[in-house]
Amino acid sequence: MEKRVTFGRWTIGILFAVPQLLLIFTFFYWPAGQAVYWSLTLQQPWGGGNIWVGLDNFRSILANADYWNSITASLVFAGISTGLAMVVALVLAALTDRQLAGSRLYRVVLIWPYGIAAPALALAFRFILAPEAGFMAVVNKLWPGFWDPGLDGADAMASIIIAFSWKYVGYNFIFFLAAFQAIPRSLIEAAAMDGSGVIRRFRDIQFPLITPTIFFLLVINITESFQDSFGIVDIMTAGGPANATNLMVYKIYSDGFKGLDYSGAAAQSIILMLLIIALTIVQFRFIERRVHYR
Amino acid sequence: MTIIKRGFAALAAGALSTALAVPAIAEPVKFDFWFGLSGDLARVVDTLCKNFNDSQKDYQVVCTSQGNYDATLQNTIAAFRAGKQPTVVQVYDVGTATMMLSGAYKPADKLMEENGYKIDYSDYFPGIARYYATSKGEMLSFPFNSSTALMYWNKDAFAKIGKTEAPKTWEDVGADLKALKDAGYDCPMAINISANESWQLMEQFSALHNQPIATKNNGYDGLDARLEVNKTKFVQYVTDLKKWYDAGLIKIKSKDLGQDMVQAFATGTCQVILTSVGDHGTVGRTQKEGMKWDVAELPVYAGTERKNSLVGGASLWVLSGKSDAEYKGAAAFLNFIHDPKTALFWSTNTGYIPVTKSGFDFMKSSGFYDKAPYKGREVAIESLTASEPTEITRGIRLGNFTQIRAEFGTQMQAIFANKVSVQEGLDALVKNGDAILERFQQTYPGKTLP
Repeated sequence: MEKRVTFGRWTIGILFAVPQLLLIFTFFYWPAGQAVYWSLTLQQPWGGGNIWVGLDNFRSILANADYWNSITASLVFAGISTGLAMVVALVLAALTDRQLAGSRLYRVVLIWPYGIAAPALALAFRFILAPEAGFMAVVNKLWPGFWDPGLDGADAMASIIIAFSWKYVGYNFIFFLAAFQAIPRSLIEAAAMDGSGVIRRFRDIQFPLITPTIFFLLVINITESFQDSFGIVDIMTAGGPANATNLMVYKIYSDGFKGLDYSGAAAQSIILMLLIIALTIVQFRFIERRVHYR
Repeated sequence: MTIIKRGFAALAAGALSTALAVPAIAEPVKFDFWFGLSGDLARVVDTLCKNFNDSQKDYQVVCTSQGNYDATLQNTIAAFRAGKQPTVVQVYDVGTATMMLSGAYKPADKLMEENGYKIDYSDYFPGIARYYATSKGEMLSFPFNSSTALMYWNKDAFAKIGKTEAPKTWEDVGADLKALKDAGYDCPMAINISANESWQLMEQFSALHNQPIATKNNGYDGLDARLEVNKTKFVQYVTDLKKWYDAGLIKIKSKDLGQDMVQAFATGTCQVILTSVGDHGTVGRTQKEGMKWDVAELPVYAGTERKNSLVGGASLWVLSGKSDAEYKGAAAFLNFIHDPKTALFWSTNTGYIPVTKSGFDFMKSSGFYDKAPYKGREVAIESLTASEPTEITRGIRLGNFTQIRAEFGTQMQAIFANKVSVQEGLDALVKNGDAILERFQQTYPGKTLP
């Protein structure tokens, strides 16, 4: 007879789970519940009182053209920066995995950007992309008026996408490289002996084998592009020009903390949470089908 | 004989005060002061606090910088909700309406009265006092760091076009900028169009021309005030600025683009800027070697009867829920700051102007304004006192004004990027600003501004 370790009473199991549940409750469910409550009321910032308004906060937000503009900007930002960060990281990791000259150096160096705090890298990029002082000043000398993130919304959006992607290339790179190195050498060598070239081996062997990693990074990158973009936007564009880079997470901050509209900001963060949950569900339902776990 | 008598009296007084002061020496009453200045200015505040602590033995103020004005207000609110608020806090000008409705303060005039300090409130420059006072004239907070906007102009550049004086009207400014451009200056004037410049471009302009920003006397008379900058002289002003920008007479300078306007002026790149008198020191310290420049009052349109400009800066609020001992300390601290000698120290080390007439007179009599680098700062006082404040030029009392300023930046950027016309942009500013005001009003149902 097979021997199993079981607990006679369900209470012991619960007791083991309590510390974890307590943590989740304190740091997630409680604040999230508070946010839901705030989003259904009008809070006086100093705590003098509040009024129950039901779904009014959500109604006024969803009726606001600026908010839809913010959602569009967030989706554009998420789509392009995730694509850019993943493709660049994938190419870099594939090259590093091929043991090209200097790949040991790249392996170390390419990880660094992820270790830099968003505001610090935003400051660096603000200088690099400044139209009058930085690197782009040279480009502007050649084509006057080509680059103007101060007034051109598309240029400003490009700036924050570049800064964000640069950071996440490092993060994605680590995962891609680990995934590539987990592929048995014998598979690739066998393919090489059968006469397939680098591109062919990548497409038919390596790529299918790293799809779980690609899927994982896709979910993480999209989620992070909604949340981690705050520091970059705050330093580089402050949501401007003319709201072109007013991403959802930045709008929550400026309405809530600068504008002291706690209820509106709470309602916006609920919408953002629902949007991220929905996006993640979509990815799990439709993209994960194409992922092959070993 | 009298000397001996005095000696005895002094001895007796000394003995008495020692006896009374014994418990105080053992434990001076500590209280917190949170402020929103950073860098050089924060060091000056720290020195100010040290001077106060050294000046007496009963109280000790602990001064903590919160980084900037926004953060100070946010952190104070968070602390207040947790019951750990500081006793004294510095709140910026546009936070005044929010503070007045908070119910979280102890009126400054009552505090001083209860603790036996007599403050002559008529000594404050009316333009400064009225900004922070209630509609009935009570001072709920103490004006602290104050400034106003001025026009900085490059004398060398203007000499090239045969001018020895700053333009006084916007019509002249237009002509001069054109002349400067023709004389080969690439950037005759620099502006920026973010939320921060709402202050000099919209608020100061409107006050100087006696034009309302909002109904109900700029919000002093009720929370149901709504914006009306889309039908005042301000429309013409934005139209002219845009016209000059299109003609290359005005350049946009901001930190994000590489150089802010103060730097652009100090290096001689741009010849005219509109900014706070608080930047006077910075321009003096960082200017190009030998460059001659001066400050003047902001121009007005020809035929306008000039009114006083608005004060900018912050005031000191005393928060509720503190002990009597802490309030005694806070009152002593506010009294210390009110002293003309403190005003001289404060204005010398920062670019801020004195807030009281006695402070100004004291500084004038000590020769402060006679020599460089401080010469020229008296123009700010002239601008602030150009007229008795009217119902409209005493200030702006609108809820969530920070967000309205942000909306100003957004719409100005849309206008300058040719996305919308001037009128469309200002209409959108009014529409979105009104939504912010309406929301503020809903948050405080049944309440009225004091």
